[in-house]
Amino acid sequence: MHPIVSALKHHKTTVVLVALEIALTCAIVTNALFLIGDRVAAMRVVTGVADHELVWARTTGLDLGQDTRMGADIDADLAALRGMPGVESVAMANTLPLSRNYMSVGAWRRPGDKKSEIDNVVEYAGTPGLLHTLGIKLSAGRDFLPQDYVPYTPGLFGSPDSKAPPPTAAIVTHTLAEALWPGENPLGKTFWLDSDGKEPVQVVGVTGHLLNPRITKYQGADRNMILPSTRLVGGVYVLNVRPDMRGAVARDLPGVLTRIDPARMVKAEIYADTIADYYHGDRAMVWVLLVVTGCLLALTALGVVGLSSFWVQQRTRQIGIRRAIGATRRDILRYFQFENLLIVTMGIAVGSLGAVGLNLWLMRRYELAHMPLAWLASGAVVLWSLGQCAVLGPALRASRVPPVVATRTV
Amino acid sequence: MFGYYLEIAVRSLRRSMGLTLLMVLAIGFGVGASMTAYAVFRAVSGDPIPWKSSRLFVPQIDAWGPAERGGSGEPQDALAYADAMALMRDHRAARQSAIYAVAPSVLPTDASRTPIPLDGFAVYGEFFPMLDVPFEYGSGWGSGDDARGAPVAVIGDALNRRLFGGANSVGRTVGIDGRGYRVVGVMKPWNPQPAFFDVVDTGGFGGDGPDLFLPFQAAIAAGMENAGSTNCPKGGTPAAPGFAGLQSSACTWIVYMAELDDAAAVRGYRQYLDEYAREQQRLGRFGWSPDNRLRGLRAWLDHEHIVPDDTRVSMLVALGLLLVCLLNTVGLLLTKFLRRSGEIGVRRALGASRSAVCMQFLAEAAVIGMAGGMLGLLLTGFGVLAADQVLPMDLTGLAHVDVSLLLLAVAVAVLATMLAGLYPAIRASRVQPAWQLKTQ
Repeated sequence: MHPIVSALKHHKTTVVLVALEIALTCAIVTNALFLIGDRVAAMRVVTGVADHELVWARTTGLDLGQDTRMGADIDADLAALRGMPGVESVAMANTLPLSRNYMSVGAWRRPGDKKSEIDNVVEYAGTPGLLHTLGIKLSAGRDFLPQDYVPYTPGLFGSPDSKAPPPTAAIVTHTLAEALWPGENPLGKTFWLDSDGKEPVQVVGVTGHLLNPRITKYQGADRNMILPSTRLVGGVYVLNVRPDMRGAVARDLPGVLTRIDPARMVKAEIYADTIADYYHGDRAMVWVLLVVTGCLLALTALGVVGLSSFWVQQRTRQIGIRRAIGATRRDILRYFQFENLLIVTMGIAVGSLGAVGLNLWLMRRYELAHMPLAWLASGAVVLWSLGQCAVLGPALRASRVPPVVATRTV
Repeated sequence: MFGYYLEIAVRSLRRSMGLTLLMVLAIGFGVGASMTAYAVFRAVSGDPIPWKSSRLFVPQIDAWGPAERGGSGEPQDALAYADAMALMRDHRAARQSAIYAVAPSVLPTDASRTPIPLDGFAVYGEFFPMLDVPFEYGSGWGSGDDARGAPVAVIGDALNRRLFGGANSVGRTVGIDGRGYRVVGVMKPWNPQPAFFDVVDTGGFGGDGPDLFLPFQAAIAAGMENAGSTNCPKGGTPAAPGFAGLQSSACTWIVYMAELDDAAAVRGYRQYLDEYAREQQRLGRFGWSPDNRLRGLRAWLDHEHIVPDDTRVSMLVALGLLLVCLLNTVGLLLTKFLRRSGEIGVRRALGASRSAVCMQFLAEAAVIGMAGGMLGLLLTGFGVLAADQVLPMDLTGLAHVDVSLLLLAVAVAVLATMLAGLYPAIRASRVQPAWQLKTQ
């Protein structure tokens, strides 16, 4: 070991430069890898519905006091949609997972007791058949019964329905059940809704997982409830469609609805596209980080190749002498590889500190997540292998230096 | 002499093509990546109304009390109807407007008769001169129309084309949500990014610009609901149903903007806001002492996090990349220059001064920087194109390459490389001529 270290002392500046470059790359790449991992994990969260079988549509009409005719219209619309080829079932919902629009309320464990309130619980509401249409699986309990359904639209302003009491039955996610009654069986339990916590709602079913329309700091990822509703103001139509028919259904849907009532705009969308759209920003970020990380690694590798070649050239004579007095090719190869390992390790040591510092700073400044220390290992592995790959060429060249150069003057 | 240095530089660079290419590539990548990130950053953090942003202010009034303020300790972003109307009535700023987003539809008179959804805003007449909204035909409306809630409208260029074929439509009538509004003004294409007059509802970016502006009181009278976000305090759900209920509630949904021309006016307005809140406290509407804000437009956009965190982080990462490039270049230049120690020794022995040697190598660095800058330019072009494809849609088309960006890219490349060349050049100029000549 000792000769390698003392040889390095002769090139302090270059060694420091390479180590510094490795350190910076390490700090940035580790954080970038962590951010990529974080985003990819976020993008892979399952919605809890049948992503690839759904088409949905929003309608907006001329605002001519349409609320009064809503009920009849919805039934006619639903019947027409049900008749479309390829459509398995149809329902109306107030919103869908990852469709961005959401309403949230407080759920109260005890009536009127403000201290028992769980805030920011997302409300889903839908007409009969919603669970079947969305493909939501219950982990316990039952679907809604016909008598559970009442006219109700979550968080509605500006409609005669707004003062109608919420339904008395609800299906909650496991997460919400745990928040309300930790460790207990939620089936049959009652919680209270409304701004004063006065309306009782009984839990009739539990879903293992159903993603919120939007993942936010306050609402979380899947703390929500489904409420039964006969009609919804401003709701969306959801269609469960044979996967190969989705394009055709989304194309024909506006025509089917405007035939019933021409004075409105219909926007139909394949649900898989909605999900892709939701993650557009995340995907972009992942791409940007991947490109930058790639550039960074390529650059660092080029730098290492350049400097190693220089050293090999500089030391041709010494290598010749070593070969002449008995060092094998393998010894020379190992020498350069080990030297590289040493420098890269120095860089990684400094870079890991930098990576933690950078993460802490990013956390404070931009509300990014805390990086588990295991990510440091990933950065280290990447840089070690990068260093070894980069040095291989110059080191092989060094190992091919013939012993005879020792006898020549340069 | 400098010309001669450049000539030597080019010749020496040709001699070691591989290393030169490596350095040019490194600088090109670094500059390309950081300039692309900068172009995107510049696009989203730009001042949408630079000539006036220092005179535009957004008041916030704490209408919910300390208990409702959440973690940030900030009052609500928008105003409740009662407060916005009181501020309009008192009219203490040079110009001011309450603003809320509306999304009505218009039924065109052509054969299709398919309703067109509109993105619009309900504002006061002073909105137009305050924000220097450019008009193609006509103008905004006056205070008389505001007070009467007159059915008049200012329409956008796109809507004017759609409805009237782009002709001067001032005086014509448009049917919006079943009511007739007389067109008083047609805007030139106007789509400031961010849409600074209502970032609370628009998020700042995207859209094709507003189609329509209506008098605030006319929109209220027509029951045109708020198309933007509405926030209500806990337990503060409107007592009465409907839009009327919203207006009498403590829910916040109205954005407000005021023009204040000097520091004294700003001070005066702050005082006025506090007096107003104290008055409300006396009247028993607010059970807390005043906690208001009056932010300038730039500070307001900052407060609303208009520049996405992702963009800032990308910018940082790209700057890191540039830094690594620099380090890389320092290392490579060092090896390149010191490889020529013999040549330096000869030059020094023949009488070249240290500074002359230093200059020679700096010239070489500059040539590399120039070449790297050219490559960087090319990569920036590709990068901005790619960014437009990849980035979230609402930023699409915002980032663009212009002369200032091109000049900046070359300047950054050359300066960065010279900076990186400084240490190697000084090292090279310190080479001992005697020692070098002896070893040869």
